Amino acid sequence: MRGSAVFAIVTRQFYLLRGSPTRLLPMIAWVAIDIVLWGFITRYLNALTGPRFNFVPALLGAVLLWDFLGRVMQGVTTAFFEDVWSRNFLNIFATPLTIAEYLCGLVITSVATSVLGLAAMVTLATTVFGLSFLAYGAAIAPFFLVLFLTGVALGILGAAIVLRFGPASEWLIWPIPSILSPFVGVFYPLSTLPAWMQGVGRVLPPAYVFDAMRAILAGKAVGTLDLVIGPVLALAYVLAACAVFAGVHRYAIRTGLVARYSAETVS
Amino acid sequence: MKTDVPGEAVLQVRSLCKSFGDLEAVKDVSFSIEAGEIVGLVGPNGAGKTTTINMILGVLTPTAGEIRVDGFDLARRRRQALAHTNFAAAYAPLPGNLTVEQNLRVFGMIYGTPRLGERIEALLETYDLKHYRRVKCGVLSSGEQSRVTLAKAMLNRPKLLLLDEPTASIDPATARDIRGRIVAFARETRGAVLWTSHNMYEVAEVCHRVLFLSRGRVLLAGAPADLIAEHGDANLEDLFVRVAKEALNPAPEAA
Repeated sequence: MRGSAVFAIVTRQFYLLRGSPTRLLPMIAWVAIDIVLWGFITRYLNALTGPRFNFVPALLGAVLLWDFLGRVMQGVTTAFFEDVWSRNFLNIFATPLTIAEYLCGLVITSVATSVLGLAAMVTLATTVFGLSFLAYGAAIAPFFLVLFLTGVALGILGAAIVLRFGPASEWLIWPIPSILSPFVGVFYPLSTLPAWMQGVGRVLPPAYVFDAMRAILAGKAVGTLDLVIGPVLALAYVLAACAVFAGVHRYAIRTGLVARYSAETVS
Repeated sequence: MKTDVPGEAVLQVRSLCKSFGDLEAVKDVSFSIEAGEIVGLVGPNGAGKTTTINMILGVLTPTAGEIRVDGFDLARRRRQALAHTNFAAAYAPLPGNLTVEQNLRVFGMIYGTPRLGERIEALLETYDLKHYRRVKCGVLSSGEQSRVTLAKAMLNRPKLLLLDEPTASIDPATARDIRGRIVAFARETRGAVLWTSHNMYEVAEVCHRVLFLSRGRVLLAGAPADLIAEHGDANLEDLFVRVAKEALNPAPEAA
């Protein structure tokens, strides 16, 4: 893998962000609004229940973690969509750039953009609503790792879907986190769900994060296996998503989809 | 405007075929281009010119056949083959939301161009783009965008340059300027050029050889002057029109 090629993809996104505040603002604004909204909801719930249970780490923390996953996913897909919107596929894919370098560039871009959103969320949640990450202990590191990897996997999968089905399929990509959230138990234990939804949830890495988070907040021990399954599953999904993207790219090259993204006709 | 042609093949295309379902877009096309040579790929719309170029660019997989760039098999050593290739096409402008300099920097990094800053400065100078370096490509005129695309195509000092109608939709003076730059590229760097165009005067002026493609097959091949003389037409355009008509409406065979 050539560092200059990977850095080229990141640099392109940096130029776009630097030159356009309208691209930067949504990375911070929507997650900040979410934190404010849920921050006040948790305050209200705390006022109702008294000191018996603190909703801040359970609900506001969960919102923050879930929004982080969404930001990572959107970081990857938005960077990819920039090439869709500017009809840049022919220019990009007719170079020595490999798929691994391209995807790596998208992921690094996503790290940078999602860290911006995370910083805004953490600042608001800790300073305004008193969220403390100490409540989660050392497990916070694998939590973020699992959500980051899952966001990357979803982002790459979303990019593959758009590459395969065309720009109009973008609308399928944006709601993916919302569709998954009921299954992973962001706000409730998996046991709340009917059996088939629990089955789906168990194959989704974030479910292990939110289950472990609730266990820690309830003062229960989290099994080492539970802490391992999430990262292993998430890593497997990243590899699977990369394989799907590479397969779709091969299909696009075989059928002329890449060429048609730029040329209106294939003569 | 033509350059002298030495004798080493930069591009070798052998028995190239591409089918889309039942449609055979390219059928058994073979040709080669030597260093410093400019070859015109001409033919009516739908003849298979862009399909051929897309296969050489690695963005379309051939159904059969082999493509070698500077000796590298494109199917097996894609990166090495494409590292020696670049292209400019009227339908593939650079991202309009980046400036000229930003686009050149990004693509220069992708190609791994050594001493990129110096290379960009040299290309901005050569293609009269210094005044536009901080202008977004999307607001440039067609001629300026063509010059930027050509500058991008020169970033990696390609051994093979593919041009798909590089002078389409631009005024005659700018088109002449661009033709001059491409001829200079072939002469000075001994780069090989494959050039598609519907402008037969342009093709006759700059190309050493012409491949006439129709319905995916090479119908005629040779130097423009030789083809005109052999077929008794007044010029390449007359030959093009006649051969295109005959190819599209073949005369019924005698009983």
